[in-house]
Amino acid sequence: MNLLDILLLIIALLILFTALSVVVISMIWIERKFLGRLQRRLGPTRTGPFGLIQPIADAIKLVLKEDLIPSWADRAIFWVAPLLVLIPSFMIWVTIPATKDLVLHNLDLGLFVIVALLVVSILGLLLAGWGSANKYGALGGLRSAAQLVSYEVPLVMVVVSVAILAESLDLRVIAASQVPMGVAEDVLNEVGEAGKSFNHIGVPLILIFPLGMVLFLIAGLAEVGRIPFDIYFAESEIVGGPFVEYSGAHFSVFFLAEYINTFLVGALAALFFLGGWYGPFLPEWMWFLIKTYAVVVVIFWIRGTFPRLRVDQLMAFGWKAMIPLSFVGVVICAVYRFYDWPAWTMTVMSLAVLGVVGYWLYRRFTQPVQRLAKLYGRQPGRVGNVS
Amino acid sequence: MTMLNEGQQVDLLMNMGPQHPSTHGVFRMLLRVDGEVVVDAEPHIGYLHRGSEKLAEGEQYHQVVTLFDRMDYISNFNNEWIFCRAVEKLMGAEVPERAEYIRVILGELNRVASHLLFLGTFGLDAGAMTPVMFAFRGRERIQALFEGVSGARMMHNYVHVGGVKEDVPKNFKEMMADLLKEIRADVEECDRLLSFNEVFVARSKDIGAIDLETAIDFGWTGPCLRACGMEYDVRRAEPYSIYDRFEFDVPVGRDGDCWDRYFVRVLEMYESLRIIEQALEGMPAGEVNSVGGRLLRPPKGDVYVRAENPRGEIGVYLVSDGTDKPYRVKVRPPSFCNLSALRLLVQDSYIADAVVILGSLDIVLGEVDR
Repeated sequence: MNLLDILLLIIALLILFTALSVVVISMIWIERKFLGRLQRRLGPTRTGPFGLIQPIADAIKLVLKEDLIPSWADRAIFWVAPLLVLIPSFMIWVTIPATKDLVLHNLDLGLFVIVALLVVSILGLLLAGWGSANKYGALGGLRSAAQLVSYEVPLVMVVVSVAILAESLDLRVIAASQVPMGVAEDVLNEVGEAGKSFNHIGVPLILIFPLGMVLFLIAGLAEVGRIPFDIYFAESEIVGGPFVEYSGAHFSVFFLAEYINTFLVGALAALFFLGGWYGPFLPEWMWFLIKTYAVVVVIFWIRGTFPRLRVDQLMAFGWKAMIPLSFVGVVICAVYRFYDWPAWTMTVMSLAVLGVVGYWLYRRFTQPVQRLAKLYGRQPGRVGNVS
Repeated sequence: MTMLNEGQQVDLLMNMGPQHPSTHGVFRMLLRVDGEVVVDAEPHIGYLHRGSEKLAEGEQYHQVVTLFDRMDYISNFNNEWIFCRAVEKLMGAEVPERAEYIRVILGELNRVASHLLFLGTFGLDAGAMTPVMFAFRGRERIQALFEGVSGARMMHNYVHVGGVKEDVPKNFKEMMADLLKEIRADVEECDRLLSFNEVFVARSKDIGAIDLETAIDFGWTGPCLRACGMEYDVRRAEPYSIYDRFEFDVPVGRDGDCWDRYFVRVLEMYESLRIIEQALEGMPAGEVNSVGGRLLRPPKGDVYVRAENPRGEIGVYLVSDGTDKPYRVKVRPPSFCNLSALRLLVQDSYIADAVVILGSLDIVLGEVDR
């Protein structure tokens, strides 16, 4: 590697960082506006047209604030923890293809890298909680470890299912295998010539594996700690958890990581299940952004609607529902690939599992609600016979 | 610093409050937690103690009203009203019809505003961020009307001994007609969003349950007591003012848990709106104050009055020595009695539940500490 290569690499990383910052800024603006509309507010309006400069103002405020370090804190750990959260979430993006060419460094084993790097942020959160010498922080750190490890399992199992279906760990191939014959020939030919295997599915995976999409979205919500799974920084209980003592630039690093991760969940959902960057008429990068932002907006929407689960309910849901379901998903995929059945059988199996388990879960979760509603002569979600 | 022997375990002491986003003011709870489970809780009050009862002894009667404004600062009208009723009872003063109607309308509106605030903050305690926006919008509308009537959004000093300060604005009925429509929509919207939400029910049903006997032993009143299944409402049990003229139900819960305490308040808002509608229809014209003048000298004696505040039964014991200042004012605040059961309620619950339980009691620290 000569000097020029290193220089190019640094420039590329800087470009990636800038792009991600722009993405985060846009997400903050979308979240504030969208939540505002959801809550019948206007959201930011004063800073620039439609409040577009608001996230920049937020960022400037955060960075200019005094960066306090509690006197009892373990300074080294306190300093290093935010970086341990940010760097992995940033590094994952090196391997994420936005289009077939728009990727910093595509890896044949891209899925492995993503799964491996996702786990590192747990360490950062745990250290942040411990290092800030705060009981709320310690509690939040432990909560984050429990939550993220529990939901890592279903997430990884869904990733495994996707890998089984596409017969590849290469993200470009996974996306390319989801479009009809002839559209993504270039990518698939390249792989075929290299002597690697892949399975051409031909339709976006959400159509044949909706179970996986649902599991992925739920596990992804838990991974990035968004409502209803924001247990580890629950503001009304443990006041921010691991972030409680952080302020100024340090806090903004956590903030940045959280949004990059949220965007990552959207991007992965788009690549795994929504056919990646492929779509008619519009340029490829635009389709990628559209699909990713659509998933992200769903995440914001859920945030505006639901209360937070309790920690034991979260763990019970993870271990009793999510993990068994994700294993069932792997088994379905394996059976489907082994016998090489037509694609619609996969859809039927996936929908059947989703329907049966979903209905059972729905009954379980809504039973108390139905009972109460009956007791008071109401229908959930409606204002019934109340004068 | 004591060292621990090997294998020895201690519970973690966690200080929740007085600076904590969900202790509803300056309340402090010392939690002894074992992992996520609260083993014991020690409530500490007094951070908002301003000596209101003692201060009242140095103020003239019409000035004491302003102190009562600041006790339960979420339901100002109800608090002004109860003190004025005490003085009126002592003086034997008659209150004009129209003033009674105005008091009932504003008092019930204040109840809706208070419950809306509760609904929003309770949602926040459970982690839902949208209900608080919806609820506050409704509350702001009510407070805009309060401002139109009394000149102030809070701390109105509008209810005076013998009636009210001045008549309501000329377009009061039209203002109220518009407001009622909007408020009903707001209440229904909050109700629809939160009441039967699966996650919300999972978070609040069967949490912090208390049986009726224990609740009565603790001196619980108001929505908290009614959530345990007892139909006790001062407006019904001992109708004061003109409450015997209105038709309304007293909603009760069944299990005495957080969800019941929440839902009783939601149902109460609908009942309050019913009362307001009836009161608006029956409101007569005429004088609004029978006493007039500021210098009041009630005869020697003492009197105890009680009323149904949004938070429960408030009682005022007033002793007069015949001068223009009260000799003693003692308040029985509902929040204080309801809060006394907190330790029992949060034991063996999760930390997250402790927050929800505290929220469901709907305390106002200004009233607890006085």
